[in-house]
Amino acid sequence: MGLESIVFYLFAVIVVASALVVVLSKKIMYAAFSLLFTLFGIAGMYAMLMADFIAVAQIMIYVGGILVLIVFGVMLTTKITGVDVKTGPTGKLNYIAGGLLAVMVAGSLAWLYTSNSWISAPVNETNTSINAVGNLLLTEYLLAFEVGSVLLLIALIGAALIARRK
Amino acid sequence: MAIGLNEFLVVSAILFALGIFAIVTRKNAIMVLMGLELILNSANLNFVAFACFGGMNIEGHIAALFVMILAAAEAAVALAIVLNIYQNYKHVNVDEVDSLKD
Repeated sequence: MGLESIVFYLFAVIVVASALVVVLSKKIMYAAFSLLFTLFGIAGMYAMLMADFIAVAQIMIYVGGILVLIVFGVMLTTKITGVDVKTGPTGKLNYIAGGLLAVMVAGSLAWLYTSNSWISAPVNETNTSINAVGNLLLTEYLLAFEVGSVLLLIALIGAALIARRK
Repeated sequence: MAIGLNEFLVVSAILFALGIFAIVTRKNAIMVLMGLELILNSANLNFVAFACFGGMNIEGHIAALFVMILAAAEAAVALAIVLNIYQNYKHVNVDEVDSLKD
């Protein structure tokens, strides 16, 4: 078992265990903080897949942006001092049906993935993917890039408008 | 045993199923959002894994980047809507929010 396998299984255990805590924990604040470890674990997996720019973007956008937003949402919509910080399931039947659905989805997806023999190209080790990503973003995907920036601006203005106090 | 494509795909399948579970069973709107983030992350992991094992095809990275942009926009708008729901109902349980106007 090489070093690569050990690092991969470490990240896999971190991701799956903290995602389980996100899904199953009764307290919503614990779920939000556990999501932090999931996102960091996935960033580590991106780094293992030689996607350094995506790994850094994952940490900056998800951990630095979206997770902070979610924590703000938790604090603004629940009474921290009261008992309202908990989030319950919608019922026992729903819980069982959801668990069954999740197991079926995971099983069928995993079976589909592993029963296929993927034809994979040999992994060529690159030092950094930033040059290639920048080149593609500003040549082939320039329109999508600009539309994405306009979309972010619109979403920002719209969110400020919706969340404004009357 | 070296780490291949299948291991990453299995991790992403598990993440996807956990996200589905959170969306289906939780009634707090923010927990539903967290499940959504898990699903988007699992899709991103697939994109990057296929990009790496498909001969370092950078277009997978670009797709993952655009998914992140959309996730940021979605989270901002969704949380604004959740704050509005909280102002009107004093809770954010998605199964009890059932009127279009008050």
